[in-house]
Amino acid sequence: MSDVAIVGIGIHPFGRHDLTGMEQGAVAVRGALADAGIGWADVQYAFGGSDAAGKADTMVSTLGLTGVPFINVANGCATGGSALISACNAINAGAADVVMALGFDKHPRGAFDPNPADWGLGQWYGDSGLMLTTQFFGLKIQRYMHEHGISSSTLAKVAVKAFRNGSLNENAWRRKPLSEEEVLGGPMLSHPLTQYMFCSPGEGGVALVLCRGDLASRFATDPVFLRAAVLRSRPFGSFEVFSPWLAPERGPSPTVGAASAAFAMAGMAPDEMDLVQVQDTESGAEIMHMAECGLCEDGAQEEMIQLGETEIGGRLPINTDGGCLANGEPIGASGLRQVYESVLQLRGQAGARQVPDEPRTAFTHVYGAPGISACTVLST
Amino acid sequence: MMQLMPDAPTQVPVADGLFTWPDESPQLIGSHFPESGVVTFPRQSSCPRTSSTVVEDILLPRRGRLWSWTIQGFLPKSPPYAGRETTQTFVPYGVGYVELGSGDGGVIVESRLTENDPDRLRIGMPVELVIVPFTTDDEGREVVTFAFAPVADTASADSEGAT
Repeated sequence: MSDVAIVGIGIHPFGRHDLTGMEQGAVAVRGALADAGIGWADVQYAFGGSDAAGKADTMVSTLGLTGVPFINVANGCATGGSALISACNAINAGAADVVMALGFDKHPRGAFDPNPADWGLGQWYGDSGLMLTTQFFGLKIQRYMHEHGISSSTLAKVAVKAFRNGSLNENAWRRKPLSEEEVLGGPMLSHPLTQYMFCSPGEGGVALVLCRGDLASRFATDPVFLRAAVLRSRPFGSFEVFSPWLAPERGPSPTVGAASAAFAMAGMAPDEMDLVQVQDTESGAEIMHMAECGLCEDGAQEEMIQLGETEIGGRLPINTDGGCLANGEPIGASGLRQVYESVLQLRGQAGARQVPDEPRTAFTHVYGAPGISACTVLST
Repeated sequence: MMQLMPDAPTQVPVADGLFTWPDESPQLIGSHFPESGVVTFPRQSSCPRTSSTVVEDILLPRRGRLWSWTIQGFLPKSPPYAGRETTQTFVPYGVGYVELGSGDGGVIVESRLTENDPDRLRIGMPVELVIVPFTTDDEGREVVTFAFAPVADTASADSEGAT
């Protein structure tokens, strides 16, 4: 699937804003169109969605009533990734040559408050105080630290890196650097994770213009090629959010399946990636997803992170824009933010946080309830 | 819905069919899929591994070992949380996964823990099922749910096959 290029990128800053989520999405669309040097009327197909900010296709009333086919996508944290995959499929199927993929969201303050019935669970699960994503993250990293020797200091260093990178990103929400001591000293929300190790639900929007690869030179930007875009649900034996039970026989996560399929589709190996964005809903998630994506062995993260190898100037820069920790998590927009950042880096336009030595390859990964993962491989 | 001691407040389970109730030695009720050996909690009608609809109820062991744990450090949003604490009265509670049996016929279940002190929780410690009140309903009845409590580290947990 190497024949799809990203030729336009747009973003509405993440954080807290007066605009509706939908309006933030429209800002991102206009940004992506301007970047590509085209108008809304040039878009032949669109895929987009949000988790909590309305139906994406209604924004045609402000973008222009061109009659463009516009399909709403709703797939939790993989909403953006699913819009991207759908856009690729439309291009590869010959249904359109120029396609928009977008995601946006706007969530109230505080942890998510899911309805158990929406997730196929009994009301008792929410009633009794078990239905919190934050608990899952605490439980998963607690076990992982026990099995693979990850320290609290390493958990903290992931957050410190995120806020440092975020301080270099004008579109990030949390832009104040924190020390390791400050991160470790924060209120313990879900042991072993403190407040500053968690991202917060937030707001923002991202849009991408994609086109058939051989048409990429017609647009205003240097193209970045989408070498793979893959989505997986969970296999038997994985350890997922909102699970009243687990199988004693452990199996791989949906991330393992999505990442390995993405690398296979791209014909590239994890060690060929010049920079990486992985879902860092909290510090532990970044650590575990490094191994699940095939970027390192289980347990190797301890030394890699202590040595600074995942910093912007390190061997494998991870979450160069500050990730979810510094940008917050508008569910529908998060996955496309990772792609936006990757394109910016591969174009050499990332400014103060630019990965040195002209990176040519990038990988992105999202994970979400009830056990889904979407990954992409990009290259110049 | 059940007769208790006249002086005791009326208690109701958070849901029917999760655990044996009332019962001096309560057990969680799961589903066993004989074709695959898979056990789920709570009960479900088809096997998550094979799609088989051949299923039977199974009472899960009362004792097991703590597989992972955390402490819920802030008051969950209501809904869905049915607790009536306020941010002022909220007391953090433990949450864990408990391994009940192992291999075929084993299952790891998520549960509240009666212990909320990180220094007194460790992966692998033996625990036992208890039924605990956690809120009241609109009619003033105590609502009870299941939890696991630490027990002395005797051979009893091992004798049930947990590791």
